[in-house]
Amino acid sequence: MKILVCISHVPDTTSKINFTDNDSKFDTNGVQYVINPNDEFGLTRAMWFKEKQGASVDVVNVGGAETEPTLRKALAIGADAAIRVNTEATDGYAVAKQLAKVVKDGGYDLVIAGRESIDYNGGMVPGMLASMTGANFVTNCIALDIEGTNAKAVREIDGGKETVSTSLPLVIGGQKGLVEESDLRIPNMRGIMMARKKPLTVLEPVDAKAETKAVSFEKPAPKGAVKLVDADNIDELVNLLHNEAKVI
Amino acid sequence: MSVLVYTESEKGKFKKAAFEVVSYAKAIADKMGSDVTAIAINANAPESLGNYGASKVLNVSDSSLDVFNAKKYAAAIETAAKKENASVVVIGSSADSRYLAPLLAVGLEAGYVSNVVDTPSNLSPFTVKRTAFTNKAFANTEIHTDIKIVGLSNNSFGLVETGGSATVEDFSPAIPDSGVRVESVDKATDKVTIADAEVVVSGGRGLKGPENWGLIEDLAEVLGAATACSKPVSDLGWRPHSEHVGQTGKPVASNLYIAIGISGAIQHLAGINSSKVKVVINTDPEAPFFKAADYGIVGDAFEVVPKLTEKLRTFKAQNA
Ligand SMILES: Cc1cc2nc3c(=O)[nH]c(=O)nc-3n(C[C@H](O)[C@H](O)[C@H](O)COP(=O)(O)OP(=O)(O)OC[C@H]3O[C@@H](n4cnc5c(N)ncnc54)[C@H](O)[C@@H]3O)c2cc1C
Ligand SMILES: Nc1ncnc2c1ncn2[C@@H]1O[C@H](COP(=O)(O)O)[C@@H](O)[C@H]1O
Repeated sequence: MKILVCISHVPDTTSKINFTDNDSKFDTNGVQYVINPNDEFGLTRAMWFKEKQGASVDVVNVGGAETEPTLRKALAIGADAAIRVNTEATDGYAVAKQLAKVVKDGGYDLVIAGRESIDYNGGMVPGMLASMTGANFVTNCIALDIEGTNAKAVREIDGGKETVSTSLPLVIGGQKGLVEESDLRIPNMRGIMMARKKPLTVLEPVDAKAETKAVSFEKPAPKGAVKLVDADNIDELVNLLHNEAKVI
Repeated sequence: MSVLVYTESEKGKFKKAAFEVVSYAKAIADKMGSDVTAIAINANAPESLGNYGASKVLNVSDSSLDVFNAKKYAAAIETAAKKENASVVVIGSSADSRYLAPLLAVGLEAGYVSNVVDTPSNLSPFTVKRTAFTNKAFANTEIHTDIKIVGLSNNSFGLVETGGSATVEDFSPAIPDSGVRVESVDKATDKVTIADAEVVVSGGRGLKGPENWGLIEDLAEVLGAATACSKPVSDLGWRPHSEHVGQTGKPVASNLYIAIGISGAIQHLAGINSSKVKVVINTDPEAPFFKAADYGIVGDAFEVVPKLTEKLRTFKAQNA
């Protein structure tokens, strides 16, 4: 089985979000980048398939050279080879177009992406990619087993979960549950050394025009100070929620 | 040129979010000088959408669509959009709608923007405001394609009753085969889900253990609320993972969010920032949550919460 794990390179969860150029650009100053958490769960599940079922695992990112440390980290965790499509990730559609080319050329059976990336939270790349390549698609995936070309997956739905059966070729939008937090691997020294020798191929992009464009950013209006209510005066809270906030 | 809106139902009953997306679609149609057509799949009383501004409902009755399937549903909506010559398609933000939207976008060659929180600020270029960076910011986003798909964030527009009526037209789109088959569904049907809830009551590690969750459940019951939790609580197995909210969990966009024994770490706040009113109950006055909340009580959850539940029970009884 040939697996491709899509890695988006996102600001660490603790990052302060700021903008420059008249609020038209994300300010990368001082921002630490990491593997998108949903993709890290997917990558770890892919390592399981590699170790238990003899799959090969490549990772891919659509982005500039600045994302290479993130791909190297994925190699250090255990992926066999990395691909970077050398173009700015302008929107979900354009990214999916680039990935579709990589998937077709590489003949991947299983593509593991994340449910959403935590920067733009589009939640669109995996579905679009599945649609473009004609693969089956399951998102919000919290468990995945493959036998031959058959797959069983569990999808989180609002208020519960459902079990589905499907087959390869398959695209997954993964999240926590594919593996648990305790299964995540921190790259060790040997992994890091080996990663340096693993191939990282840079591909030139195909023609793909973005369909959408974030033209400006805003931060939520600063909110007023919290109104503290005395623990012995809970009637006051009920009153405020009813008459002032009008939420009950 | 019209606005098409996909209205979700469950076991035949429209979700509240269905009325919200129709209200929102009506506001866009008014701006554009056009009408709203809704598509409803196996829903009872489709004409009721007229009250929120739909002029017409394409009514699909097809037993092969009884169980949600993203590919099949996307195909039905795609056919409806083409038939109506829709230039804007509005969908909601449930797990199912988010699942089908990217498939629909590719099918219609339409630009899709999710997590939208307001009506378009401009029709040309078509510009909508969406949340980004997990609610830490908003992005004003243009859609450049002929057909635009807008995914509305729950509870961001509200319901607007117009008192209008809708004509109902039977609609039988061709449904493709899907390579994904649902084998079983495991879902508590009697509980409000976080996605649909107007009020969410959430507990953190401050509650000490799963045996104390009665506190959270009682308060939630009085308020008709969904229950949620912080990440460590689900990691520890005190609560199911599906209740974990935050940057790496579920987003919450309720009208009221009550956080009990939750410190207010940046990753937690990121997921709940788009809730309108936030209340925190915490013993530590220095807890970061107090900076993000609208109302707060510095106090012990084990004393404060049962009292609050009682007060609200009385209040609800008087205001029923
Ligand atoms: C990559 C990453 C992603 C993350 N994603 C998320 C996420 O999506 N969601 C999330 O929630 N967290 C997330 N976290 C974890 C986050 O950083 C915090 O650790 C977590 O939110 C803390 O949970 P908590 O507030 O329940 O627990 P604690 O931080 O332990 O806080 C417990 C609080 O309870 C209060 N308390 C104690 N006793 C009482 C009492 N009797 N009555 C009232 N209050 C009491 C304490 O004062 C304290 O403020 C993430 C972390 C990382 C590194
Ligand atoms: N630039 C990118 N390069 C590679 N994979 C990506 C990129 N952007 C998004 N993805 C994948 O698509 C998933 C969903 O991203 P999004 O649609 O942006 O929310 C991510 O978790 C990644 O697996």
